[in-house]
Amino acid sequence: MLDKVVIANRGEIALRILRACRELGIKTVAVHSKVDSELMHVRLADESVCIGPNPSPQSYLNVPRIISAAEVTDATGIHPGYGFLAENADFAEQVEKSGFVFIGPTPSVIRMMGDKVCAKDAMKKAGVPTVPGSDGALDDDNDRTLRIAREIGYPVIIKAAAGGGGRGMRVVHTEAALLNGVHVTQTEAKAAFGDGTVYLEKFLENPRHVEFQVLADGQGNCVHLGDRDCSLQRRHQKVIEEAPAPGIPEEARQAVAESCVRACIEIGYRGAGTFEFLYENGGFYFIEMNTRVQVEHPVTEMITGVDIVREQLLIAGGEKLSIKQEDIRFRGHAFECRINAEDPQTFTPSPGKVNHFHAPGGNGVRVDSHLYSGYTVPPNYDSLIGKIITYGDDRDIALTRMRNALDELIVDGIKTNTPLHQNLVRDDAFRRGGVSIHYLENKLRT
Amino acid sequence: MDIRKIKKLIDLLADTDVVEFEIQEGEEALRICRGTVHGATAAPMVVQAPVAAAPAPAAAAAAAPVAAQPVAPSAHAVCSPMVGTFYRSPSPGAAVFVEPGSKVNAGDVICIIEAMKMMNHIEADKAGTIGEILVEDGQPVEFDQPLVTIV
Repeated sequence: MLDKVVIANRGEIALRILRACRELGIKTVAVHSKVDSELMHVRLADESVCIGPNPSPQSYLNVPRIISAAEVTDATGIHPGYGFLAENADFAEQVEKSGFVFIGPTPSVIRMMGDKVCAKDAMKKAGVPTVPGSDGALDDDNDRTLRIAREIGYPVIIKAAAGGGGRGMRVVHTEAALLNGVHVTQTEAKAAFGDGTVYLEKFLENPRHVEFQVLADGQGNCVHLGDRDCSLQRRHQKVIEEAPAPGIPEEARQAVAESCVRACIEIGYRGAGTFEFLYENGGFYFIEMNTRVQVEHPVTEMITGVDIVREQLLIAGGEKLSIKQEDIRFRGHAFECRINAEDPQTFTPSPGKVNHFHAPGGNGVRVDSHLYSGYTVPPNYDSLIGKIITYGDDRDIALTRMRNALDELIVDGIKTNTPLHQNLVRDDAFRRGGVSIHYLENKLRT
Repeated sequence: MDIRKIKKLIDLLADTDVVEFEIQEGEEALRICRGTVHGATAAPMVVQAPVAAAPAPAAAAAAAPVAAQPVAPSAHAVCSPMVGTFYRSPSPGAAVFVEPGSKVNAGDVICIIEAMKMMNHIEADKAGTIGEILVEDGQPVEFDQPLVTIV
């Protein structure tokens, strides 16, 4: 069991990690920027260390400062949360070189999955279904590029190998626009990620986003915790997630889930991870793997009863997986609404003081949020201020509970996207289930 | 029990007449004896020191990186630009860089902050006289923690 963990993150996920540590008797160290000294988890942690000024590059993204904090507090492990340095292989490597446990996969696996060309290759070898594409990076040979695109069939999407999470992508509908699109994307990728490598994929017109959660102990044992549907997105940012994905044939679901488990064992995966797929016309297509705990992990926890962050800590402490696949039961349905500090119509960020915060409650309602009355949401970081999660024996009950929970929620003093969520949970198509990843943006345009 | 905590306890004792004391934290115990033990007469005083340090697991550890001493509003404090361990001298046993009353010019080294095995020289940002040293030698410091005052 890890003795003491540095929580190298902020906001709701830092609080989530703190709670899991406390349950296991693990001492907690909250590292934070100057403005974040009033964060809820900082106030609750056993120790706290201010590591820098507010800008992320000098605080939450600053490797030496975080490792220094682990040194002066004699910590054992570092949990990176999500975002920030969570999928930074260099950080993971530095953490290990400095004598601490990085709570996540090994640096080489992070590196492999961070390179989207490499990741896709590894998945193909492991029998995970992938999107038809260039099967590798594009090079200077324009004729080759044109040929590959013709084989795939338009429209195609150009993706940066070092991108991911919706960044560094461009759709091209006609051959005439291809080469220019490739060059522009290469230049952008070089500027944004330091790596201009791009690859091509078939662009799926109306897919759903369905992802699978895995847990592996790095000692040869791996289980999957089912799937999630995260199709309601705006600008590649997820807005509402649910588990399980509605309306998927059981055999297809099972087959893909099992291929993910096999892939994990083959690549020597350790920790929590998510395989993201596009699902269209009954087929699953792998797009990328996230080697971290994700924002939407609670919906999986609700339908399986497995505590994912707890498992991360246990695995990092060297424990073998205590759960076997046959022990996992999928029960009921869960939703999660991401509450952001933003204008519900313009999406302009809305930082500021929360005069009054009142969380919804009742049967099947869970709130993961660092908010408290009097807390000031700073302008320096992303706008996620909380997650409302609901559970029910079936999808309808879970959705009804979400509707009621959103109506009870009070965040007074700043604007939030709660009105948008209230609109979405009453949306006919969403209530029927199975909308594509373009649905929300199309709906917002009208 | 880590070496910093033990050193702190020794320092606490050094200013008292306590000759022997023992502290227990969970399964760990520490006993410090100075010179010869004179028996019961020291015993009543023994209780004081460990009680003060007994909240140690949470408080001393929590206090270590966080305990920034309050700085008088008029005083100019040089604050730590990083997370690390504060040292008053260039190496163990060497003379300290500054004492209260030392005259400094802007740019003079006043202390070292060690971070990730690297010694970083911290300089006075203005000329003046050192007022107070706010951090103990070997104590962890966090970003922006006041280190010394310059008057």
